[in-house]
Amino acid sequence: MSEAVPARLPVTLTVNGAAHTLTVDPRVTLLDALRETLHLTGTKKGCDHGQCGACTVLLDGQRVLSCLTLAVMHDGQAVTTVEGLGTPEQLHPLQDAFIRHDGYQCGYCTPGQLCSSVGTLDEIARGVPSHVTAHLDDVTFSAEELRERLSGNICRCAAYPNIIAAVMDVHAGEGA
Amino acid sequence: MRAFSYARAETPQAAAQAAEAPGTKFIAGGTNLLDLMKLDIEQPSRLIDLGPLDLRAVTDTPDGGLHVGALVTNTDLAAHPRVKADYAVLTRAIVAGASGQIRNKATTGGNLLQRARCPYFYDTNLPCNKRDPGSGCAALRGLSRTLAVVGTSDACIAQHPSDMAVALRVLDATVNTLKPDGTPRALTLDEFYRLPEDTPHLETTLEPGELITGVTLPPPVGGTHVYRKVRDRASYAFALVSVAAIVNGPDVRVAFGGVAPRPWRVRDAERAAAQASGEARADTLIDRAFEGARPTEQNAFKVPLLRRTVRAVLAQAAQEEQA
Ligand SMILES: Cc1cc2nc3c(=O)[nH]c(=O)nc-3n(C[C@H](O)[C@H](O)[C@H](O)COP(=O)(O)OP(=O)(O)OC[C@H]3O[C@@H](n4cnc5c(N)ncnc54)[C@H](O)[C@@H]3O)c2cc1C
Ligand code: SF4
Ligand code: FES
Ligand code: FES
Repeated sequence: MSEAVPARLPVTLTVNGAAHTLTVDPRVTLLDALRETLHLTGTKKGCDHGQCGACTVLLDGQRVLSCLTLAVMHDGQAVTTVEGLGTPEQLHPLQDAFIRHDGYQCGYCTPGQLCSSVGTLDEIARGVPSHVTAHLDDVTFSAEELRERLSGNICRCAAYPNIIAAVMDVHAGEGA
Repeated sequence: MRAFSYARAETPQAAAQAAEAPGTKFIAGGTNLLDLMKLDIEQPSRLIDLGPLDLRAVTDTPDGGLHVGALVTNTDLAAHPRVKADYAVLTRAIVAGASGQIRNKATTGGNLLQRARCPYFYDTNLPCNKRDPGSGCAALRGLSRTLAVVGTSDACIAQHPSDMAVALRVLDATVNTLKPDGTPRALTLDEFYRLPEDTPHLETTLEPGELITGVTLPPPVGGTHVYRKVRDRASYAFALVSVAAIVNGPDVRVAFGGVAPRPWRVRDAERAAAQASGEARADTLIDRAFEGARPTEQNAFKVPLLRRTVRAVLAQAAQEEQA
């Protein structure tokens, strides 16, 4: 029995500051829309099942997994991918710190690590508690907090210590 | 992924009416449903996106409790000032689950309805009564290390994977729903979740189309709140066992996760524990709450692990009460 192809639907997404109206099959995930339709291949597909964090993007400023959500669910919303964080000429401070600290080897997980780090710093600043926060009213930045909060971003090359060093560095710079 | 048609919800009642049709499912965060659709475990022909509904508020109730809209994200709920202050066990349970990215998307309603993490439920080549009613249960004689020890049946031994629901159970939360005909209901978690018996594919008492509109927390009960989750990794893994506790002097309320098809709480066990003292409190609680346990050879470790976890939780609570 052949399945009917579902009607394609329009959806408007603001990606890295530019509005795009796409017409997509409702099955298309946000990840596939970014990569296959908008050709923004910075965001990576690892597991496609929410387990690795490679597809992390910022949705209205919060980090989410683009593989576990549909493009049509985000009409009118803003998405930031790794391409929108900085430019080769003017890197985002985290991109710069990842280079200085050798925060990657193969680099596959890096776009997700970067978007997740941006979201994490904002969550700590907003006082969102984590599993390792000792006092729920007192969310303070620490390496332990970073390790816990970035645990959803898997790195097969195990660049973890250098990733943590890079994010610590950026936080120190921001705090100064 | 199979083809489906997609529509955005306009009002809660219109959504419930539309979802009454067979093959229709709601989608909230999508973090569980889309995973299962990609694996061909869930096969809805129509999705109703709850995103546009105005169910994102956390509000005080007239009696001093709290109402949480069904679309409040796990992050927003965990970080809510009143939840942190008065229902800390809920914050602790939520932040013990999944990852930051997932919690930013996961919703209160969707979290309650996330499906089993049994390895055979995920393997469409093997029999599973929950996925394919009547096909059998591959777990009974298979890999059952992570599965349930109590409340199970010969048809299914899967455990409920939610951390949030365990805290909601210890807090005596109720689930608020709306039926397609417009009737609202309020269900305790024990009324909401069904035990597997011989129909493990029916996990809740929700009727076709019935929408979760929110969760209500009764007025705060004070006490020391602890959530302790024991798992194979320090983070980003489901519970082998978990314990949500509210300790108020001799009174202790405890719900267990990772060990039953729904958050497990036994009032008689709590009453008996209140009469005991010292180490006997934890032992009494576990002996009574797991009287009917039927572990497999592979997951028999869970009961002694729970016993030690409850001892640790009571010790931690005593320490925090003194501080
Ligand atoms: C890698 C990974 C690790 C995880 N680890 C944990 C963990 O450690 N602990 C834990 O507790 N959870 C964990 N989760 C599960 C996660 O918490 C759930 O996926 C999430 O809470 C589901 O919420 P959602 O809004 O995305 O639901 P959806 O995927 O949108 O929906 C789930 C189900 O609920 C139904 N539904 C949603 N909202 C409503 C409503 N208002 N009324 C009626 N029906 C509704 C949908 O139809 C669907 O059947 C993990 C998930 C992943 C992918
Ligand atoms: S335990 Fe339940 S979910 Fe697992 S295989 Fe058996 S029937 Fe399926
Ligand atoms: S690709 Fe999305 S989490 Fe792995
Ligand atoms: S740098 Fe290779 S996976 Fe992280």
